[in-house]
Amino acid sequence: MTAFRRLDKGGRIDRSKPVTFTYDGKPLGGFAGDTLASALLANGKTLTSRSFKYHRPRGIVSAGVEEPNGLFTIGRNEPNIPATTVDLTDGLVAQSQNAWPSPDFDLMAVNSLLSPMFQSGFYYKTFMGPFKKSWMFYEPFIRRAAGLGKGSYEKDSDRYDTAHEFCDVLVVGSGPAGLAAALTAGRSGARVILVEQDSDIGGQLLSERTADLEAWRKAQLVELASLCNVKIRARTTAQGLYDDNFVVLLQRHEDFDAAKGKPRQTLILLRAKSIIFATGALERPLVFSNNDRPGVMLASAVRAYLNRFAVAPLKRVCIVTNNDTAYLAAFDLAEAGIAVTMADHRKVIPSDLLSKAAMLGMAMFPGTGVADVEGAKQVSRVQLAGAHSASIECDVLAMSGGWSPAVHLTSHGGIKPVYDDKIVAFVPGGFAPAHFGAGAVMGRFGTQAAIRDGSEAGAKAVADFSKTAKPVVPPEGKDRAYHIMPVWLPAVASKGKAFVDVQSDVTVKDIKTAHQEGYVSVEHLKRYTTLGMGTDQGKTSNINAIAIMAGLRDMPIAQTGTTTFRPPYTGLAVGAIAGRTIGHHFRPYRLSPLHDANKASGATFIEAGLWMRAWYYAWAGNSPETAYIREMELVRQGVGLADVSTLGKIDVQGPHAAEFLNRVYVNGFAKLPVGKARYGVMLNDDGVVLDDGTTTRISDTQFYLTTTTAQAGEVMSWLEYLLQVHWTDLKVHVTSLTDEWAGMAVSGPKSREALQLAFPKADVSTENLPYMGCLEVNLDGVPIRLLRLSFSGELAYEVHCPADYAHALWEHFLKVAAPLGIKPYGLEALASLRIEKGHVAGLELDHRNTLDDLGLGKMAGKEKAFIGKELRMRENLQAPDRWSLVGIELIEADKKLRGGSILFSAGDEIKGHGRGYITSVTWSTELNKFIALGLYQGGLKHEGEDIICAFPLKNEQVKARIVSPHFIDREGARLNA
Amino acid sequence: MRIPCPHCGERDLSEFRYGGDATKVRPKHGEGDFKAWNDYYFLFDNPKGLHTEYWQHVLGCRHWFKLSRNTATNEIGEAS
Repeated sequence: MTAFRRLDKGGRIDRSKPVTFTYDGKPLGGFAGDTLASALLANGKTLTSRSFKYHRPRGIVSAGVEEPNGLFTIGRNEPNIPATTVDLTDGLVAQSQNAWPSPDFDLMAVNSLLSPMFQSGFYYKTFMGPFKKSWMFYEPFIRRAAGLGKGSYEKDSDRYDTAHEFCDVLVVGSGPAGLAAALTAGRSGARVILVEQDSDIGGQLLSERTADLEAWRKAQLVELASLCNVKIRARTTAQGLYDDNFVVLLQRHEDFDAAKGKPRQTLILLRAKSIIFATGALERPLVFSNNDRPGVMLASAVRAYLNRFAVAPLKRVCIVTNNDTAYLAAFDLAEAGIAVTMADHRKVIPSDLLSKAAMLGMAMFPGTGVADVEGAKQVSRVQLAGAHSASIECDVLAMSGGWSPAVHLTSHGGIKPVYDDKIVAFVPGGFAPAHFGAGAVMGRFGTQAAIRDGSEAGAKAVADFSKTAKPVVPPEGKDRAYHIMPVWLPAVASKGKAFVDVQSDVTVKDIKTAHQEGYVSVEHLKRYTTLGMGTDQGKTSNINAIAIMAGLRDMPIAQTGTTTFRPPYTGLAVGAIAGRTIGHHFRPYRLSPLHDANKASGATFIEAGLWMRAWYYAWAGNSPETAYIREMELVRQGVGLADVSTLGKIDVQGPHAAEFLNRVYVNGFAKLPVGKARYGVMLNDDGVVLDDGTTTRISDTQFYLTTTTAQAGEVMSWLEYLLQVHWTDLKVHVTSLTDEWAGMAVSGPKSREALQLAFPKADVSTENLPYMGCLEVNLDGVPIRLLRLSFSGELAYEVHCPADYAHALWEHFLKVAAPLGIKPYGLEALASLRIEKGHVAGLELDHRNTLDDLGLGKMAGKEKAFIGKELRMRENLQAPDRWSLVGIELIEADKKLRGGSILFSAGDEIKGHGRGYITSVTWSTELNKFIALGLYQGGLKHEGEDIICAFPLKNEQVKARIVSPHFIDREGARLNA
Repeated sequence: MRIPCPHCGERDLSEFRYGGDATKVRPKHGEGDFKAWNDYYFLFDNPKGLHTEYWQHVLGCRHWFKLSRNTATNEIGEAS
């Protein structure tokens, strides 16, 4: 059974280029210039899918992006693609959806028999009982039976690109209005981009068969091609309009080739100085009983298939309309030798149309509509009713309910469309400055009007940059006036389903039900019935639904309004949005200057913020759980080398440098002697801890400031803000050295010996380089800063040098200190050693804690002013029971402490948020047990008390004890050794 | 959004960081009581329309500057 046939000549397809594609596993043929839809119709595939809820047979309805039914899975993993938007290419693989085993014989069609159940709100009403989680139980079954294509779990292996573009004038749409606009603007010399979602340029002109229109189209294309300031992009959809004339375009590449690494699509982020909307209009269906049968199509689509794709209805077409434009299709079909029966809802039809219809031998039924459509798998007969009754045999039923301007893009900025009674449709409600509309989108239907409109809009757009443009002249001709009679409901009542939204299976009855149940807003109607919520976003269905609802509420359509139009205009692959920022490129990542050195030393890396950091080294083992313990022992007993280059490093210079630091740190820096380092803490203005680190005085006017890895950027920006905006009287300059300087920690009881071996000429004795001392040395001409700092609690040094020399210095240490057994240790050990010492780090500094919360309250200067001094005294920040830093040790020897565990007092009910949580946890090689740092209500007031650490994810509860966070060397003997 | 950096010229929003209300007057360092700092830090108008804000060209010259922006439309005015 087939409803269509391919004509031997005519159309825009290239019969010299046959194309083979696969449909549901079977090879089929078509031609270059076909869409998947036209090729399927030409191959007799009238029934192409099953509907969302009822699994009713469905076929292709339209010839454009508005297609509600003809959705396919293309290639391996792209579902819900309208066949009308897919260029037919060799090797294309298309799979039908929502039918098993095939659309022709679909077992799920049993749903159709249950249809009385599937009315609006059905799921909500039915599946809410009988028990509390009923919906959760039923949902997976419902989703399986109802649905469109299936998403894939496979990775999308195709490449997508992102591009940034700029232009003076963007023209959206290449119909007569868009062509005229682009050419007029282009003639002025302005930079113009013309985008067209179709594979060919011309819009409605592509469906015309008159020679003079085609000649005009070609002439414009020739002149546009001669202008180097005009870019034309076919297969490019304007998906969204945002603030600041920012338009997101999706370009589908004709030359896509995965094997050659060519991108499939490019997301173009375009900034246009002005925008001309020539987006045209979409024909809408009529609502009548069984209007969803395969072969019921939009009249303009039947015309497009005939004229553009040379795909004609087999023998007989019935057309039902409420306006003049369907006669264009009728006349073209009749002239092509197809028997045409015309049912027009209007009793009075313009006389020129009647006489031409008579001349072509068309059967005319004025004042008549469709009562019902017959045909199990495709249209076979149409019952007409109204002023005339008749039963018409036909292959295709074409319908036209009038035209809806494509106002979508014009509304994205928040300007609501307004209703125009004259054309029975919504038109743009206005435009932002430098935005213009032209042609059918403005409700001005007709080629002549469109061209004049476009030419004017083009001239206005370039006038904004004082350019003048020669207007574009339309070909000879005259537009007919547009006549339409509003028709929203079936002409006669009938038992069959009258669909308003075929994609979501929403019928007139569903809208009535929603109305009866008190839904009064279109936005609620939409959500309750799922109308317009499909992949087509109701491009063909919304207006009928709005009108039906307005009728039920007895109010004008203008007052009902539309639902909100939001980007994207058509479906958009997630891959296209992501572009190249996928996998490892999801975020930029940073490598330490010692990255290669770490690699050579056998490091396994871990992501820490943007950084790839050395996690643990092969010498210590193959798993992080065991390797870090060996690395900790190395530092506690011998000497280890760690990369600390990720620390923020800032050079602070100027006569007021000391005063500046004295203001930003809570503790004093004004009197820090040259050659000495000091641990400092900064607060935000609100009195909450911002960051900590050590800062060393290099000279009277120069300091070397370090920040935590996590806050490096934040602190730099903050210091710049203070100096540039508020303290402009301070003569200080800050320069980030984070990337220019590298740092490595040399830690452990044997670290001084290692340092001496590395720098044999330097005096690194404890007298010359005491704890918190700084020594500038020189190795083969390279300036090096030795800072005696300790993060681990052991005797330790940080060695900083220019980044380019870091790799050599790293190898130098490993080589000369080899007799001491020096080996590298990674981030896991670094973090564990500092837990034993009780140093806070990023996990504790959660941007909510105060100095006192971290046990650092005594650092705050009493006499001097510092940032945050006033607001840290806020009542809640001084409350006695705040969550504050504690140490935690495990009591149950055979169990584990886990990071993130919720803390409860021994007698508490284990419920809710508890009294605190564990921030950092490690195995202690010193104490031979699990220890942790955490924040606990009331903090060390509870020292010695037993607590419960609950970890609900593993249903664990373990006993532990609150202790001092300083697990080792409380008196600092090792530091000062 | 495109922002005119007074030093580098017009650049994309992604190069900048927002720095808050520039109409507030910060108490001088070491001056201002609790109330003054509280008002400065926490109490803001939330105007619809043109508003003066601090922005930093963080991925460019790192200049902090004042920018006038329409909070309703994101239309950009003077930068200084």
